[in-house]
Amino acid sequence: MNFWEYLGNRRQQLLADAFQHASAVFQCMVVATAIGVLIGVLTYRSQWAGNLATTVTSTILTIPSLAMIGLLIPVVGLGVAPTVTALTLYGLLPIVRNAIVGLRGVDPTLVDAAKGIGMSRLHRLVRIELPLAWPPILTGIRVSTQMLMGIAAIAAYASGPGLGNEIFRGIASLGSKNALNQVLAGTLGIIVLALLFDAVYVLIGRLTIPRGIRV
Amino acid sequence: MSETSGPSGPPAAATGATIELEDLTKRYPGSAEPAVDSVNMEIKAGEIVIFVGPSGCGKSTTLKMINRLIEPTSGRIRIDGEDVTDIDPVKLRRKVGYAIQSSGLFPHMTVAQNIALVPRMIGWKKARITSRVEEMLDLVGLDPAEFHGRYPRQLSGGQQQRVGVARALAADPPVLLMDEPFGAVDPITRDHLQDELIRLQHELHKTIVFVTHDFDEAIKLGDRIAVLRERSHIAQFDTPEAILTNPADDFVSGFVGAGAALKRLNLTRVRDVEMADVPTVTVDDPLQRIFDKLRASGTNELLLLDKRHRPYKWLRRGDLMRARGSLARAGTLVHDTVTRDATLRDALEAVLTDNAGRVAVTGRRGEYLGVVDMETLMNSVHEMLEADRLDALEHQHELEEQRSRLTQHEQEGGSGEATA
Ligand SMILES: Nc1ncnc2c1ncn2[C@@H]1O[C@H](COP(=O)(O)OP(=O)(O)OP(=O)(O)O)[C@@H](O)[C@H]1O
Ligand SMILES: [Mg+2]
Repeated sequence: MNFWEYLGNRRQQLLADAFQHASAVFQCMVVATAIGVLIGVLTYRSQWAGNLATTVTSTILTIPSLAMIGLLIPVVGLGVAPTVTALTLYGLLPIVRNAIVGLRGVDPTLVDAAKGIGMSRLHRLVRIELPLAWPPILTGIRVSTQMLMGIAAIAAYASGPGLGNEIFRGIASLGSKNALNQVLAGTLGIIVLALLFDAVYVLIGRLTIPRGIRV
Repeated sequence: MSETSGPSGPPAAATGATIELEDLTKRYPGSAEPAVDSVNMEIKAGEIVIFVGPSGCGKSTTLKMINRLIEPTSGRIRIDGEDVTDIDPVKLRRKVGYAIQSSGLFPHMTVAQNIALVPRMIGWKKARITSRVEEMLDLVGLDPAEFHGRYPRQLSGGQQQRVGVARALAADPPVLLMDEPFGAVDPITRDHLQDELIRLQHELHKTIVFVTHDFDEAIKLGDRIAVLRERSHIAQFDTPEAILTNPADDFVSGFVGAGAALKRLNLTRVRDVEMADVPTVTVDDPLQRIFDKLRASGTNELLLLDKRHRPYKWLRRGDLMRARGSLARAGTLVHDTVTRDATLRDALEAVLTDNAGRVAVTGRRGEYLGVVDMETLMNSVHEMLEADRLDALEHQHELEEQRSRLTQHEQEGGSGEATA
């Protein structure tokens, strides 16, 4: 069976895996974005708190993903739970870092002007600082998503969902006639998903970055 | 939210409020000397007060304490008699407009959104905000239809500055604070913006506190100027006229710079001085009448006006002879006139460049009103300087009297204290 015949035969299975893969990454990104921006907002004003947040999240990133999932299994069990936890943790770093950098990078004279015309702290954050920091935050989200696409494949190790199953099955039966096809299908599927997500982010950028600060 | 104005507050648009600073002091953490040391100042409702002084003397710090962008270390701030030193700063700032050097417009919002910010915060209705935005754009001389939807980066520096002022004034605050608002634009645009501000102030009568380090700007805009030295110590707080003619000390005269008498010319308009008169004729007059007039007047010169009474040509005795009675060929064209609103400095400039040393003054429609020449200018400048000097003397006298009355009072009252 060549690669194209393989794809034809396994279409159902592959699509289901791809969908689960995308859905896991998407959901984890939503959670990671919410938590990441929140951490950024809470820590950017203080030098040490901001640095601590960045250091902790980048330390998480240095843990090999396989090890991380392995460590999570005894805590949260097999299946979806370790996948979601690991993906969310990994997704945090670029978002937290970019949120802090973005919020700290807002021109202080603008913050001064916002205060000067009587905007409250919350108002300033929501109407001025976050919108101005949004482009770098969105970049962080993009980087995170691409990273998670790859890491999510490892989730299959803990019986998680997604295209990783395809790859692991291939590796497990190395030498059999469909092994290479399986690995190839899983990998290409992940690349295609990553490209699709990226296209969506370009669109989101177009829609959400105000025209006045679009480059 | 109910906005209460002062006891005698006018019913419609808020005009200026008084500002009182009492022993206002700012000590930044980590510095031994205070940046602003015990400033006392009373600013009247509806006047423009300029803070001028060398870089780092504490102008911005003093200004920002008025809306508490910088919290004073000690001292009180009163606006319209109300002590605002301890009220919620957000509430205070909505009553005090604030405009800064780089315009401070938010780049992600359109011009209209920027201007609408404060009215939205204080809960105006949508329709009212929309019409207010148009009104403000109009007020600062920008076409609402054209500029409404633009983003700040699509505006020139001068236009951004105008929008900045419009935003500061949108909710009609009685007080407006401006920190070097025209510092970052080219001299010609700055001149325009200054003229605009003067015009605006004629309509609005806000209390404006304006920071600059350009003394000429201070003279042009200020009802009163506070010349500040280091730590915001007030070297002199007086009208531009008084500071120019009677600087309190060497520091102030150093700041006034050379040419105080020339600068003084900027403060008086042609309308304020006595104009000379020259005999005039119009192009419709018959030649004979023109000859008669010239002979009768005893002067050497006539001013020929066109059909709409605008200065047209200077005619001398000899001109008519040489042109053999043809008006079309006789005389020299009037190439420069000044309006009644021109400053004496402009008038002097015109007189100096005119080869006969005089210039015609025109009214709003360009019609002839009179003439200024070297002599009238000299006379009025002398009178002006003399009057300033007398004023200053009287002022000084009053101060001394007050002071002596105070010391007398102290000596009588505080019997226990041994004061020198
Ligand atoms: N946040 C701050 N912390 C410590 N010192 C400060 C701070 N802001 C200002 N200063 C000091 O206070 C003094 C007055 O500063 P300020 O900005 O009021 O001067 P300025 O008169 O506005 O000067 P310029 O004309 O240059 O704008 C300066 O010596 C400055 O170094
Ligand atoms: Mg300053």
